[in-house]
Amino acid sequence: MATGRATNPKNLVKGATGDWEIIVGMEIHAQVSSQAKLFSGASTAFGGAPNSHVSLVDAAMPGMLPVINEECVRQAIRTGLGLNAKINLKSIFDRKNYFYPDLPQGYQISQYKNPIVGEGEIVVDVSPTEQITVGVERLHLEQDAGKSLHDQHPTMSLVDLNRSGVALMEIVSRPDLRSAEEARAYVTKLRTILRYLGTCDGDMEKGNLRADVNVSVRRPGEPLGTRCEIKNVNSIRFIGQAVDVEARRQIAILEDGGAIDQETRLYDPAKGETRSMRNKEEAHDYRYFPDPDLLPLEFDDAYVETLRRDLPELPDAKKQRFIAQYGVTPYDGAVLVGERASADFFEEVASGRDGKTAANWVINEFFGRLNKEGKDIDTSPISAAQIGAIIDLLGKQVISGKIAKDLFEIVWTEGGDPAAIVEKRGMTQVTDTGAIEKVIDAVLAANPDKVAEAKAKPTMIGWFVGQVMKSSGGKANPQAVNQLLKAKLGIE
Amino acid sequence: MSELITLTLAEARDGLKAKKFSARELAQAHVDAVEKARALNAYVLETPDHALKQASRSDERLARGEGGPLEGLPLGIKDLFATEGVRTTACSNILRDFIPPYESTVSSQLWRDGAVMLGKLNNDEFAMGSSNETSAFGPVASPWRRPGANTYVENGKIVGEPLVPGGSSGGSAAAVAAHLCLAATATDTGGSIRQPAAFTGTVGIKPTYGRCSRWGVVAFASSLDQAGPIGKTVRDAAIMLRSMAGHDPKDTTSADLPVPDYEAAVGRPVKGMRIGIPKEYRLDGLNPEIDALWEKGVAWLKDAGAEIVEISLPHTKYALPAYYIVAPAECSSNLARYDGVRYGLRVPGKDIVDMYEKTRAAGFGREVKRRVMIGAYVLSAGYYDAYYLRAQKVRTLIKRDFETVFDQGVHAILTPATPSASFGIGEKLKADPVEMYLNDVFTVTVNMAGLPGVAVPAGLDAQGLPLGLQLIGRPFDEETLFSLGAVIERSAGRFPVADRWWEG
Amino acid sequence: MSVDAATVKRVAHLARIAVSDEDVPKLQSELNAILAFVEQLSEVNVDGVEPMTSVLPMAMKKRQDVVTDGEIVEKIIANAPASQDNYFLVPKVIE
Repeated sequence: MATGRATNPKNLVKGATGDWEIIVGMEIHAQVSSQAKLFSGASTAFGGAPNSHVSLVDAAMPGMLPVINEECVRQAIRTGLGLNAKINLKSIFDRKNYFYPDLPQGYQISQYKNPIVGEGEIVVDVSPTEQITVGVERLHLEQDAGKSLHDQHPTMSLVDLNRSGVALMEIVSRPDLRSAEEARAYVTKLRTILRYLGTCDGDMEKGNLRADVNVSVRRPGEPLGTRCEIKNVNSIRFIGQAVDVEARRQIAILEDGGAIDQETRLYDPAKGETRSMRNKEEAHDYRYFPDPDLLPLEFDDAYVETLRRDLPELPDAKKQRFIAQYGVTPYDGAVLVGERASADFFEEVASGRDGKTAANWVINEFFGRLNKEGKDIDTSPISAAQIGAIIDLLGKQVISGKIAKDLFEIVWTEGGDPAAIVEKRGMTQVTDTGAIEKVIDAVLAANPDKVAEAKAKPTMIGWFVGQVMKSSGGKANPQAVNQLLKAKLGIE
Repeated sequence: MSELITLTLAEARDGLKAKKFSARELAQAHVDAVEKARALNAYVLETPDHALKQASRSDERLARGEGGPLEGLPLGIKDLFATEGVRTTACSNILRDFIPPYESTVSSQLWRDGAVMLGKLNNDEFAMGSSNETSAFGPVASPWRRPGANTYVENGKIVGEPLVPGGSSGGSAAAVAAHLCLAATATDTGGSIRQPAAFTGTVGIKPTYGRCSRWGVVAFASSLDQAGPIGKTVRDAAIMLRSMAGHDPKDTTSADLPVPDYEAAVGRPVKGMRIGIPKEYRLDGLNPEIDALWEKGVAWLKDAGAEIVEISLPHTKYALPAYYIVAPAECSSNLARYDGVRYGLRVPGKDIVDMYEKTRAAGFGREVKRRVMIGAYVLSAGYYDAYYLRAQKVRTLIKRDFETVFDQGVHAILTPATPSASFGIGEKLKADPVEMYLNDVFTVTVNMAGLPGVAVPAGLDAQGLPLGLQLIGRPFDEETLFSLGAVIERSAGRFPVADRWWEG
Repeated sequence: MSVDAATVKRVAHLARIAVSDEDVPKLQSELNAILAFVEQLSEVNVDGVEPMTSVLPMAMKKRQDVVTDGEIVEKIIANAPASQDNYFLVPKVIE
């Protein structure tokens, strides 16, 4: 399929015989955030005892029938709206027929020819300065399968149906991605949007977001090559690795004069390779047909409009607003909106304060510290109000920048009201010229050789500022120190 | 006591209310009759203890002046309806030992209304068949014999030339005709209520698709399956349907409409009703006896004041071939769950695929395998459009035929129920499967269009075997069918089996 | 259209039904009889006709997002041919 993207030389891969372009498309399976399953009243909770979150419907007992969960429909529509996609007012559930022990009905209820959501697009931030638009082909609702455990018994596999029937959204992209980096960025952005919407928690460790990655390679400008599908990649890092590894494998085959077999492969992160799923080699014939147990899924425009009206502000819009309203840089804006919680935290800090300063503090001090400690906003020991108070003390020149960082440390480890801490511990900035002069005089007296040097080389003043600040315990006002030093050293 | 079993459902109900006999006596009479009729093979599971316990409770309720519309009335349940704690097999080896931990909605409504369960009734395996010969429990013999044919019971076995009761609800029809229950549940996918009713001189109604819940009924073809009753009279069928019908939130395809008092429609005047006679049902080579019966039906309805109009349903001849694509396609998918993993038969294999293939080869009978394979074929890559999609388009045309006729003011359509009377067990098994399929030629259009249809006994053929007429109604207008059916019943008389030869 | 012996075997495998070689010819002739019978549909003009997706016009009712079911593991595995610790057991599946 032709796509609108022009070849970006940056993305070309050098092979032994020339340049290659990587083409990636993705099918993301996102678990819908809901209490109950797509067609039954059993719980979707993670980690229940074996076969506990299973109803007679999920176990496909004879005569059982599906009844659709309205929340899953609502979430799919909201997701479609978040992807700027066409919402189909009538869609059809089909059966995808195949035998597998964790597929109790012998078919998966899915949507084949008439999905609930049609074409849309996602603006993907490849880097803070590079954005690409990736086409979304469709989104449809389908059932998850159960789980087979293969390593618990010498000769048997164990089957647990707790996941069987949980609602998934399959989101299919156009083959618009051109590198591992873009593939990672696409999943990152899609995950962010889903989390903003609250339609999927994006928890890849629990398997609540999984990717099937379609990879092919071609010479720039040529038609698409044969693709391989890498199934069930479950982390963003592995998605990137899988794309690179698979592209290299295909390039090596093609440069060797070989051809690519269209097949399903698995990525093995331990070995850093993809391998063919041999048992699935047999050509699939899913025999899709409309599920006669279900009626067409229909709703009206008014319903869609109600959902549209109630959508939260999404990351792209939020970023634009942060730039306009708070004067943050596009880079900082992109970082701040990466998670809805981060964006909300920033807004609380920035409210009534200088936006750029707030962004600096939130990104550099706060996020830096969270990362270092492996914490997130929910488990942070410091609140937006506390960071705001520190910024206020700094702004009113009650404390210096250096002291502000010390203060952040104290609040982080001990908690408390920043203003009260400054007061109690005497951390207030010294602006009294007399006191500062005393310190300067002592420093100058102790370093006569440096004083002589400084007269010839005015940049030496920086060294003196440092010494004075150090002697004052960081509390001296740096501007005052600078001025007084200049006068005493006789530098203009 | 034995005359208790020859009562109609309505008579038994009224007798219980009038305290002429107890529910326990009524149940015991039926339990005894069932026991003596084992040669017919109508029941695949008898539940006498269950029946007597339920009957005693009914007596307590009746004594208090309480009790539901079916209080104390002994019924048979087709083995396609899941009954909680009571083996339910669909008469397939693959479910031979299956004990459902749940009760079908339809049967639960019968118990809600006070009915008593005598046991589970034989049927064609997964309801696939028109003679009850595909059952894993063996064929059911009709209580009807060809006069003159030397058919009798010896050592509990039938000797001679027993006849089929029709199918797939052969056990239900035979049990009702042989007075082995007052009425029975049945299901109809292509004619499985109406054809056996016609073969046994009983009344069977397939209600509008969506009228009865399919929840807990073993599925054959989801878009066609519909539960309904077989009874001794039109009134009995009406009483049963009122309890069986109704919206079920567990079945998305069940209709959220109030359930009328169907019994009240029995005896309602039909004067002024327009009855359509479809010319396309006058098949080439139609049995002259059937044709004559049809003419009689026309005359009876005319006498009752109905207006007879010739109509055209141009796509009639395509209903059966379209059915033999749609039904197998759906069944191939519906029966995929019988894989030996969670319940039912498992035959060990060297790996999972081998286990599946051996289990399903051993668990399914020939007819089921044939249909599952045809279904898989017509849905498979490259054939879907030519077969399944085309058949579903033809189905739209069939439905449109009916809509056109109803829009022209036709209230119901009168046709023969079957192209012939019953035939001998084994007679049609030698031929190719299509021969058997032709039994449903008059009934299957009704399923394809989702309409209600009732088969009412209308006479006997030259051999002395029952024949039925079919009335087809507008969607959810079962009441009109009961009113018209009652006219036929009144005109033709009833055809109860008098001679209980099977008791040996 | 008619099916050959290879197709019979392919379809049997698709339907996961073991078929022995000696069974194939009979099945083949039966399937072909059915296919020949349904062949008459090809004479119907279906241009512009919508395939049926629901036999009667009804709006699909939906359930509320409330947990009303599950926690019945003993019922779920009561009929299982093989189970262990409330799991179903099947011959080992090799990924």
